[in-house]
Amino acid sequence: MIVAMAALTSLGLFFGLLLSLAARIFRVPVNAQREEIMALLPGVNCGQCGYPGCGGAADALIAGQAVPTLCPPGGSALARSLATALGQTLDSAENGPPLLAEIDEGRCIGCAHCGKQCPTDAIIGAPKQIHSVFQEACMGCGLCVDVCPTECLQLRPQTPTLAHWLWPKPMLEGA
Amino acid sequence: MRDYLLILLGAALVNNAVLVRFLGLCPFMGVSNRVDAALGMGMATTFVLTLAVAVSWLLEHYVLAPLNIQFLRILAFILVIAALVQFTEMFIRKASPALYQTLGIYLPLITTNCAVFGIALLNIQQQYDFISSLLYGLGSAMGFTLVMALFAGIRERLALANVPAAFAGAPIAFIVAGLLALAFMGFVGLPVR
Repeated sequence: MIVAMAALTSLGLFFGLLLSLAARIFRVPVNAQREEIMALLPGVNCGQCGYPGCGGAADALIAGQAVPTLCPPGGSALARSLATALGQTLDSAENGPPLLAEIDEGRCIGCAHCGKQCPTDAIIGAPKQIHSVFQEACMGCGLCVDVCPTECLQLRPQTPTLAHWLWPKPMLEGA
Repeated sequence: MRDYLLILLGAALVNNAVLVRFLGLCPFMGVSNRVDAALGMGMATTFVLTLAVAVSWLLEHYVLAPLNIQFLRILAFILVIAALVQFTEMFIRKASPALYQTLGIYLPLITTNCAVFGIALLNIQQQYDFISSLLYGLGSAMGFTLVMALFAGIRERLALANVPAAFAGAPIAFIVAGLLALAFMGFVGLPVR
């Protein structure tokens, strides 16, 4: 038993050492712009942009294959900051308030399917209890909508709260 | 020379990892939607499998057997293969960014590929010498790549075919996989082990 333990431990240590050495020797300088874009993106890899995770999206953005508005969860705020980081101008069309998941409590059967899908753990509620969406954590990726068997989960425009209510834009008289 | 050729052929066709031994079925179903993806996975597996068989052979004959701890084979091989895949990924990333772009996403997947592990274990059972082991690994991996490419080609056509609603999607893919396995049973007639 001692031999087995010692052998496996030393094997593990050997490979660990080898890998950490390899990580130093074969280090590839990472693109500074990519790091910057990655820091801006939500980082939950929901895949709604059509790229494999936020890393893929960052590569596409840098290569100019994607537009700054590609990230639905990030909403308009992220689109603006991405455009600034990439030195591009954003089309002035505002997309309105971000869409967030909302549960119609009357139809929720507490199946707990939605909570398993949520990349940000924004859905609260134990199995067989009525669930609820924690709006501060929800980023509107919509993964939960597809699994809801009773269609009580819908994406709805965020209801304004004190934290992000804005004055309405000035409008022309009589327009 | 003839022996080596027979080992290669036997591993690739007669004892095909996917269709005869039923190893590595997850990439077989999962990464076979497009031919280029299937070829990428096949190439990455070929690379890792050959290396894994070589390293596991060395480990078996120079560490496990002298210490008389062959019962730790499974654990030790898992460790080796996982470390090897990591190392390969780092090395390729540095040495050839183009190859990394092609194989990059598939390499981590191979860590958990049972074909790699299974072939490394079977290779020890066959009691081959080092060169034969290398050829056995290479042959198995080539067989894997061949089957991946074949199956992906068929699935690309299936996607356009008019399949009955009850069979559309995964069911027809499984039926096709079964037929392919039947077809590969024909290679049993070859005069190799």
